Amino acid sequence: MSGEQPVHVVPPVNSLRMVRTLMLVTALCGGLIVAVWQVTQPAIAANKKVVLERSVRALIPDAARIVEFDASDKGVTASKGDPAAGAVRFYAAYDKEGKLDAIAAEGGARGYSDTVRVLYGYRRDCECIFGIQVTQMKETPGIGDKIITDPAFLKNFERLDVSLTPDMKSLFNAVKTVKHGTKQFGWEIDAIAGATITSKAVGRGINDSAQRLLPLLLPKLEALQQNGGAQ
Amino acid sequence: MSSQALQASNMEQLLEGIWKQNPVFVMALGMCPALAVTVSAFNALGMGLATTFVLICSCTLISMLRRFIPKEVRIATYIVIIATFVTLVDYIIQAVSLALYEALGAFIQLIVVNCIILGRVESHAAKNPPLSALVNALGMGIGFTIGLFALGSVREILGAGKLFGLSLFGDHFQPWVVMVLPPGGFFVLGLWLLFFAWLAKRKEARHGA
Repeated sequence: MSGEQPVHVVPPVNSLRMVRTLMLVTALCGGLIVAVWQVTQPAIAANKKVVLERSVRALIPDAARIVEFDASDKGVTASKGDPAAGAVRFYAAYDKEGKLDAIAAEGGARGYSDTVRVLYGYRRDCECIFGIQVTQMKETPGIGDKIITDPAFLKNFERLDVSLTPDMKSLFNAVKTVKHGTKQFGWEIDAIAGATITSKAVGRGINDSAQRLLPLLLPKLEALQQNGGAQ
Repeated sequence: MSSQALQASNMEQLLEGIWKQNPVFVMALGMCPALAVTVSAFNALGMGLATTFVLICSCTLISMLRRFIPKEVRIATYIVIIATFVTLVDYIIQAVSLALYEALGAFIQLIVVNCIILGRVESHAAKNPPLSALVNALGMGIGFTIGLFALGSVREILGAGKLFGLSLFGDHFQPWVVMVLPPGGFFVLGLWLLFFAWLAKRKEARHGA
């Protein structure tokens, strides 16, 4: 193995040319991206708003006005941009007279194949959830997607008890998904037979969100009562 | 080359991608999006058009820049350019239809690593003038879109009894759900490949006779 190795003559590489080319190409690409972002951003924001409003409207068909708020330790403020860390976004629906009718908020939990996100409607007078809309899910067609269509499952959410403890720190009873056919209490959700994981994701999503939102929101609810006409 | 000959060769280029070298059915490239997003005809069409857009823009631009790009940094340059157009298509789809954007999910961003695009750039656009690169990319894009559409429409018809969301068979149809699940993608792709292989066999037999 002591034979002489052939000497490789590497042609000199012009690094300056490489750097120059890469810089020009990246500058060109950066410019393109910024330009298209500027043009498409308003349309994207409008699209997102329309999709959410459509879900809120499906939940609360009589709403005359829907206003976005963020609830945090510091109180309830009108939403600007993405919610800050620790804040919970919710939507207040006002009727024609500008009176607060209902609250809608989104919760999510991991289902069978991806996060299941549901929008739920809440009313103060019954301290209950009166309906849900699935806003995002990739569950198995024909099985997990029954959470959207199954009438018996949806009946769970016509009057789901989410009343708070007297000190308003947490839910009196956590919302819980139970095995199909074993629902006993108002805060329990009767799972769909064969789609227990997806049903549980719905219950967990609602519970997690309500546990955070309602203790922050209820003490401030009075201030929101007439907000619909004021703005 | 006379203009007629040029046109003829362009036609040839275009047909190559659509039929003779169809990326899905002949070269079996880009299988990841081809299997994953083709649960409906609409998704398949959206993915096909998005890929075509990226293919045409990157191939044309790279072909225009081909003399300025040193070969040592060509892959880096290509990827930057391809990624740029993928980002653009990402924004455009969000602006046009959020429903389509949700349905395609991460596969829009993953167009960057679709081997059809880098393959076209490296084997064709980097060596040919812009017009030829554009025509070749257009052909491949159409071929890919047809391939995805062939998968997506069959899967939607069998798996959901619908085409473009319109119910075809009425309420009594029991959807063949497995067809819109991942295994269905393999079944339908396999059947299409079988069909194309049969076509090729038959052509061969005819020529032999």
